[in-house]
Amino acid sequence: MTELLDPTTSSLLRFATVGSVDDGKSTLIGRLLVDTKQLFDDQLDAVAEASIRRGTGDVDLSFVTDGLRAEREQGITIDVAYRYASTPTRKFVIADCPGHVQYTRNMATGASTADLALVVIDAQSGLKEQTRRHCCIAALLGVSEFVVCVNKMDLISWDEGAFRTIAAQVAAFTEHLGVRSTTVIPISALLGDNVAERSSSTPWFDGPTVLEALEGATAGNWAGAGIHRTTGRLPVQWVIRQVGERRSYAGMVTGAPLSKGQEVVVLPLGQRTTITKIETYDGELETAEPGISVAVHLKGDFDVTRGECIAAVENPPMVTSTLETTVCWFGAQPLRAGDRLRIKHTTQTTLARVTAVDAVVDINTLTLTPATELVENQIGVVHLQTAAPLAVDPYAANRMTGSFVLIDERDHATVAAGLVGLPQILA
Amino acid sequence: MPLRVLASRSFAAIVTAQETTVHRPKDAHGVHHLDLLESQAIFILREVAAECERPVLLFSGGKDSAVLLHLAVKAFRPAGFPFPMMHVDTGHNFPEVLAFRDHMVEVLGERLIVASVQDSIDRGRVADPGENGSRNRLQTTTLLDAITEHKFDAAFGGARRDEDKARAKERVLSFRDAFGQWEPRKQRPELWHLYQGKVLPGEHLRAFPLSDWTELDVWQYIARERIELPSIYYAHERDVVERDGMLLAVSEFVHPREGEAVQRLSVRFRTVGDATLTGAVRSTATTVDEVIAEVAGSTVSERGATRGDDKFSETAMEDRKREGYF
Repeated sequence: MTELLDPTTSSLLRFATVGSVDDGKSTLIGRLLVDTKQLFDDQLDAVAEASIRRGTGDVDLSFVTDGLRAEREQGITIDVAYRYASTPTRKFVIADCPGHVQYTRNMATGASTADLALVVIDAQSGLKEQTRRHCCIAALLGVSEFVVCVNKMDLISWDEGAFRTIAAQVAAFTEHLGVRSTTVIPISALLGDNVAERSSSTPWFDGPTVLEALEGATAGNWAGAGIHRTTGRLPVQWVIRQVGERRSYAGMVTGAPLSKGQEVVVLPLGQRTTITKIETYDGELETAEPGISVAVHLKGDFDVTRGECIAAVENPPMVTSTLETTVCWFGAQPLRAGDRLRIKHTTQTTLARVTAVDAVVDINTLTLTPATELVENQIGVVHLQTAAPLAVDPYAANRMTGSFVLIDERDHATVAAGLVGLPQILA
Repeated sequence: MPLRVLASRSFAAIVTAQETTVHRPKDAHGVHHLDLLESQAIFILREVAAECERPVLLFSGGKDSAVLLHLAVKAFRPAGFPFPMMHVDTGHNFPEVLAFRDHMVEVLGERLIVASVQDSIDRGRVADPGENGSRNRLQTTTLLDAITEHKFDAAFGGARRDEDKARAKERVLSFRDAFGQWEPRKQRPELWHLYQGKVLPGEHLRAFPLSDWTELDVWQYIARERIELPSIYYAHERDVVERDGMLLAVSEFVHPREGEAVQRLSVRFRTVGDATLTGAVRSTATTVDEVIAEVAGSTVSERGATRGDDKFSETAMEDRKREGYF
């Protein structure tokens, strides 16, 4: 049974699960979906049937999201599962991410579009290095609201003291990461305590349940790319040509609204012009909000192509071919100075050379350590020289114009997630 | 030549009966979630069209296909689509769906390629499952052969992550190796809006612009945009037999078996696939608003209620996807 949302008051929250393997992320999502009645009867039956066949109990809640054969055989999450849920007040897109260090690239995939991180920690073991790594990546990617679940509290007899110790440790760590809001909740995902229902085992806890924390989150409504602290930009995706008409330039607005009549600059060359018309299939717009796909017309006869950026005249992106970046490296071979890769930034793809690997982030101390290479799953500071100039913003100001991926030229594999600027999470 | 190409005309600007700009309610944060989903899908359509050399849009005539087609119109009009449409035709069709397909091609003036499972059977590429046997799994060979023949490097599909637990794991741009296989353990990272569409010759991508849409989103969007659908999505009287817990429509492909009683019921279809495997649901919903109320109140999933092809094993969808299925 799905609640029909009132579209005038509900809003979308995208969140990703974060934490180490076996701490209970998938079980928590399974519990949350079951207890808020998001699962259909046949889906629940199928989970129960698979649990019995595989001997993992009556209903193995992790099977709600761990849908791959290999995941069920090994009892781990390999890749992100996306699930959708809605309550009377909120609509959710859930990315249930893997905890294994081996699958960090998949965790980053899930976290790159999240507004909030749902962190899960095993109460028996506390904050592990892998939990720190994932929190670090989530914060690096700009997730500024954390809901932290101290799970398996039933296995430590709902010990308030142990919870408070972990909660203090977590709060110190996320504060260090620059996370704006951290809520810590004692739960049992397996039993459902403090997930959708308040637990009778935690009379000493007066904070929200997991569901209440998610519904009340101030983050949300992923307007296309999450961080909009710049003026308006439109990276050109596609040129629409119509017989007997002027060309229009299609793309998604980011940073701030763009309006008809607004003076803009076309980068990288820097020609100044004016937006004469903003079109959608449904008609013209006076103003296009961030996250909305439109096609704009420009005054004058320009040859604008895919990969160029139409930007507000005030505070436009910086045009440069030398970049100081933060890179999360997924390649099997280390990344070193001199390496040549392809770079995709907004709608442009060009070549890039690594001019220097400066430093690597120490996950435990959140400090930079001098380095000359990045190995798989390490985060570091990397200098790049690109073949064509790019119109960039710092990632902290704009997720869309401040992010890029690096691509292996030989097999076209995506081998790194990159952010323009130094890591913002360091002390 | 195993593939038929239907004639195309000049590009029509209108795909639905809509007359005026639709009212767009905003949510507390400024933009309605259907607008975000729409905008995201248009972004993906344009990005794949720009990144790939030879994309194709798969069109089954089902509701998700119809929504995808509507979004392609929004992404590329007033110009024509920068890709053809392709229907993988099992030969086990609902006549209403074929008629809808041809109607849409005519209205839009776009090019349609028909890749036929019957041709694959006739050429000995796959074994004939018999008159009443399912052709669901055979479609994979027909699809992959057509992708190879036309050198397509990307195929748009209307699949959604909420349909199945394997689809829930799949990327928006999903890589297929030179054998057309999906390897769920080796998916490319997919970060932010940076959809990366480059493949080596012989490999291809499947692109799913509706990945983040739910069944309810699709229906609410159909209502808002007044998107035309095959009539079988709305309640009508039909002769059905109950088989394997599903209501199958009696047709030239489905004959009542011994002991099966033919009943005339008011039904509608929640999904459209091979007619021998696609079940109807009891329904009196004759309008889109009634369908939305019914979908919102359903206790059984869309595919669980209607798709025999997902019931073969615990990981039926994953197994088929690994082979190259939609």
